[in-house]
Amino acid sequence: MSGPHDLGGQHGLGPVDPEPEAEEPVFHDDWERRAFALTLACGMLGKWNIDEGRFARESQHPVDYLSNTYYENWLAGLETLLVEKGIVSSEELETGRAGGKAEGYRVPDAAAARKILATGGPSRMTMDLAPGFQVGDRVRVIHNNPWSHTRAPRYTRNHVGTVSHDQGVHIFADAHAQGRKEGVHLYSVRFEPDELWGADGDGRSAVYVDLWEPHLEAA
Amino acid sequence: MPHDGHDHTDPPDELTLRVKALESLLVEKGLVDRQALDVLIDTYEHKVGPQNGARVVARAWIDDDFMAGIKADCSAVIRDAFGFEGRQGEHIVAVENTADVHNVVVCTLCSCYPWTVLGLPPVWYKSAPYRSKVVQDPRGVLKEFGTDLDDDKEIRVWDSTSEMRYLVIPERPEGTDGWSEDELAKLVTRNSMIGVEEAKSPGDNEGDGS
Repeated sequence: MSGPHDLGGQHGLGPVDPEPEAEEPVFHDDWERRAFALTLACGMLGKWNIDEGRFARESQHPVDYLSNTYYENWLAGLETLLVEKGIVSSEELETGRAGGKAEGYRVPDAAAARKILATGGPSRMTMDLAPGFQVGDRVRVIHNNPWSHTRAPRYTRNHVGTVSHDQGVHIFADAHAQGRKEGVHLYSVRFEPDELWGADGDGRSAVYVDLWEPHLEAA
Repeated sequence: MPHDGHDHTDPPDELTLRVKALESLLVEKGLVDRQALDVLIDTYEHKVGPQNGARVVARAWIDDDFMAGIKADCSAVIRDAFGFEGRQGEHIVAVENTADVHNVVVCTLCSCYPWTVLGLPPVWYKSAPYRSKVVQDPRGVLKEFGTDLDDDKEIRVWDSTSEMRYLVIPERPEGTDGWSEDELAKLVTRNSMIGVEEAKSPGDNEGDGS
């Protein structure tokens, strides 16, 4: 979706204004710690995948998404998913009172959480699938504007780049956000600045974007 | 604009209460284990952070085979060498800065970042200004960090749209011949591994953040 999260090339959002590295804490308040941990812990219940998680955050109203701090967006996404997936009712969320114990969930304890973090969740799939493109091929990002989740940023659509790496077969994020696990080739595609920004680009630069085969057509 | 100067350090009480209420609800329903929450926080607040990435970079500076290895399959090589593995580090790509090329990493769509080597991302990395600007004007953004690159150096911006995670290997600073891996690691900042700064030089002050 062309939501508020798809920020590449937008203007007027202010200076980067970085905090000095040596002074920046990992969390800026205790509620951020808890929101972070709750999001990871609830994700470990296995009822949604990473792309459904992203879609829940980016589906907020643009005004909310852009005015929220980062972990407020995580919190909003978490609340949405808990209700959408029927894990918590909207009444329970509003009142804070549990209607009853949840049943049938595998809730990780400390040891299990540690193990899940260490194992991770690879997106690469062991599938024998011939690539549709080779390194060096010129490719165009398909021209569309889907309402559903996509990892092809708006600023690349309908633009032509060159395949610089084939990263192998990976779970296709756009389908994954709709609950489907499909393996397709993932490519790193190099875009020149004049292709993306016309005369407003930075002369000696290039942008590399990871795009899946269904995002691309031969150019 | 109300969004300017948005304070990240002073959330409204309402937010603290909202998170507490959600946590209590989930605990009461038996959906989360508080000790598991503590593990998750402790891991990323105290155990996993840019000190991991600094060890990878320092090793790469003194060991050509290691450098070649991480450029071919970074995740496998650093798992075997250091035990760095797991969430948000499954598919790391090491991109090396050279005399001709400077690399910088962003996630324009959210906040993808190589957790196993850098920990959790800083606020600016996740923020709208950085994510919107760096793909069009990388030189301008680097200047905001005090990094001034030669005009003829090519900047490569890596937009982390997939589960590939990018780790920048900064150039080894001059005047460090014969330095040990531990000494070199102290010159490798988090920001140099995102690519918005270069590694520190031997004369730079300790703790001189950005």
